[in-house]
Amino acid sequence: MATAFSPSKFAAQPFPLNTTSQNNPLTIPTTASPFLGSTRKLIRLSSSSNLNLRRRSGTVVKENKSQSTPNLLITKEEGLELYEDMVLGRAFEDKCAQMYYDRKMFGFVHLYNGQEAVSTGFIKLLKQQDFIVCTYRDHVQALSKGVSARAILSELLGKATGCCRGQGGSMHIFSREHNMLGGFAFIGEGIPIGTGAAFRSKYKRKVLKEADCDHVTLAFFGDGTCNNGQFYECLNMAALWKLPIVFVVENNLWAIGMSHLRATSVPPIHKKGPAFGMPGVHVDGMDVLKVREVAKEAIGRARRAEGPTLVECETYRFRGHSLADPDKLRDPAEKAHYAARDPITALKKCLIDNSLASEADLKAIDKKIDEVVEEAVEFAEESPVPPKSQLHENVFADPKGFGIGPDGRYRCEEPKFAEGTALD
Amino acid sequence: MREALNSALDEEMSADPKVFLMGEEVGEYQGAYKISKGLLEKYGPERVLDTPITEAGFAGIGVGAAYYGLKPVVEFMTFNFSMQAIDHIINSAAKSNYMSAGQMSVPIVFRGPNGAAAGVGAQHSQCYASWYASCPGLKVLSPYSSEDARGLLKAAIRDPDPVVFLENELLYGESFPVSDEVLDSSFCLPIGKAKIERKGKDVTITAFSKMVGYALKAAEILEKEGIDAEVINLRSIRPLDRSTINASVRKTNRLITVEEGASVVEESFAYLDAPVERIAGADIPMPYAANLERMAVPQVEDIVRAAKRACYRVVPLAAAA
Repeated sequence: MATAFSPSKFAAQPFPLNTTSQNNPLTIPTTASPFLGSTRKLIRLSSSSNLNLRRRSGTVVKENKSQSTPNLLITKEEGLELYEDMVLGRAFEDKCAQMYYDRKMFGFVHLYNGQEAVSTGFIKLLKQQDFIVCTYRDHVQALSKGVSARAILSELLGKATGCCRGQGGSMHIFSREHNMLGGFAFIGEGIPIGTGAAFRSKYKRKVLKEADCDHVTLAFFGDGTCNNGQFYECLNMAALWKLPIVFVVENNLWAIGMSHLRATSVPPIHKKGPAFGMPGVHVDGMDVLKVREVAKEAIGRARRAEGPTLVECETYRFRGHSLADPDKLRDPAEKAHYAARDPITALKKCLIDNSLASEADLKAIDKKIDEVVEEAVEFAEESPVPPKSQLHENVFADPKGFGIGPDGRYRCEEPKFAEGTALD
Repeated sequence: MREALNSALDEEMSADPKVFLMGEEVGEYQGAYKISKGLLEKYGPERVLDTPITEAGFAGIGVGAAYYGLKPVVEFMTFNFSMQAIDHIINSAAKSNYMSAGQMSVPIVFRGPNGAAAGVGAQHSQCYASWYASCPGLKVLSPYSSEDARGLLKAAIRDPDPVVFLENELLYGESFPVSDEVLDSSFCLPIGKAKIERKGKDVTITAFSKMVGYALKAAEILEKEGIDAEVINLRSIRPLDRSTINASVRKTNRLITVEEGASVVEESFAYLDAPVERIAGADIPMPYAANLERMAVPQVEDIVRAAKRACYRVVPLAAAA
């Protein structure tokens, strides 16, 4: 019942289908992990590695290669790149947690531990000019896209050297250079923004006649977002206008303390794709190689102007919703189950078992990343806070937008304007 | 005014291929109020987009497209419907430039009819001027005459920041005399400057949009009774042209603000014994860095200082509010 996610299949049928097997989504095939959250009894897993193909996930492109070893999916260089990216994401997030509990970091901090395979699997396939947009859980996607650890960490500490000069914070990471479009606290909000970026790519090609503009946008968001109106509005418009976007659902089964099952009438999210005229694919989001294969197809589709795709990644966050979340509602057995499927451990095992890398290689990467993160911490801690004069900057692209003051001059030109007193 | 708006859109779209129009019924229907008449035929469906009924979605798409330099003009059939999209107008359009420290600017225009029309009911009649005027990061314009409509819409489209452009349905059909200068395609009015429609010396009346017409009529009646009113057409609600208003009030010592909704400048200058002091937060979105955050909200020392000034313990500020 495993089905392939292949472009030719979609070309033939305008209404293609989700590629997972189930006719009845609520039954659980015994070889597979329980998908549906802690209210169901866990089924004992097979002990084989994550990288054996599971029947229920859309994975490799061609059926006849389903028994091939992962060697053919990646090269050594690619494997090490993926490993390094995931370790960077994990180390960074762990450092954030440590600093938060040491009271050096403040505000809302939402960590991505456990979901690294989704970010790495997708973003490492992008070009610099492609766009990504996320919700508030955006540190790791920004790192994968190339924003430096020091810039993000400085931002989290509210320093002037942060990627947004301390004005954005954890939930609002933006980078024009790396085409990271944010960082939105409202979960549905990033989806139309990403759809707009995809619209722009198409507009540039069609109206402004920039023929080689084939930039793709990835929109990352969670299971909770899939019940929000803006999600549906954008699925409709993206399919209607055939925009080059991939909607990546990081289904970690929980929206703060609300289980996906309690919030959703039809839990399998990938099924919502075909309803709007685009393929809907489910993939095991704890396995970076599987995610990468699905991502290749989806991104390729968008680049060839064939339209959007909805990819549902089954994943899990090892920590709470945010660092302030006591995380009491999730069943410890469920957490243990997913902890055993840690994507970093799985990739490590795959690389070693298939002789793509040695323990020493991987340990060297671990050490390198530790140094990068430590250096980022030092840099951030030593950076200055924003100066008072920064208070009124960047509200408008054109600061004359503050208007004309009582004496007839533009307020932004008055010498005391930047002193930021609380008087209007 | 309809022709004024249509010609402004036409000229801006012709001058800059990055400008495009998006909204319900703007294309094949020629615009719900016929403002975009003829534009679809001239510029094609890729620049004049008929959208599904998805205000939140297409407002957000407009913001995302604007991030990297396209210039969308998003039409709301009335500004009441902008409530469906207010998340994007305020949370993404207005705040993005600040949150990203200048990396993502949003040169977008949200336009449409605002305020009461004739008998269209509560959900089609609200005036959103004060709502949007309270939002840092937005510019809010409201034309009265055709000259205003042309000049301000062109300025709004050329402006690198998000602009909320509040038209009025009942004014669409009204005609106003315009000079040749106004008809020139490079005509543009500055944002943030009000216009004195009628000079006077006894009382200042400030208004915007349709109310300017009412104020002018009132001024005529007052004149017969010996009161010489000065009527100011605000044009720009945010930023407010405080200089013109202040100069006028200093001259007349009496101020009346006319607005359909709640007052923007609430009796700040009327019946004064001492200058009214308004203590407000800094006029910006809430910054993240802890030290800036403290500066953006009033602190105890600010309140103490203001109280002392009002009690004449300290030299009063030259221009209040």
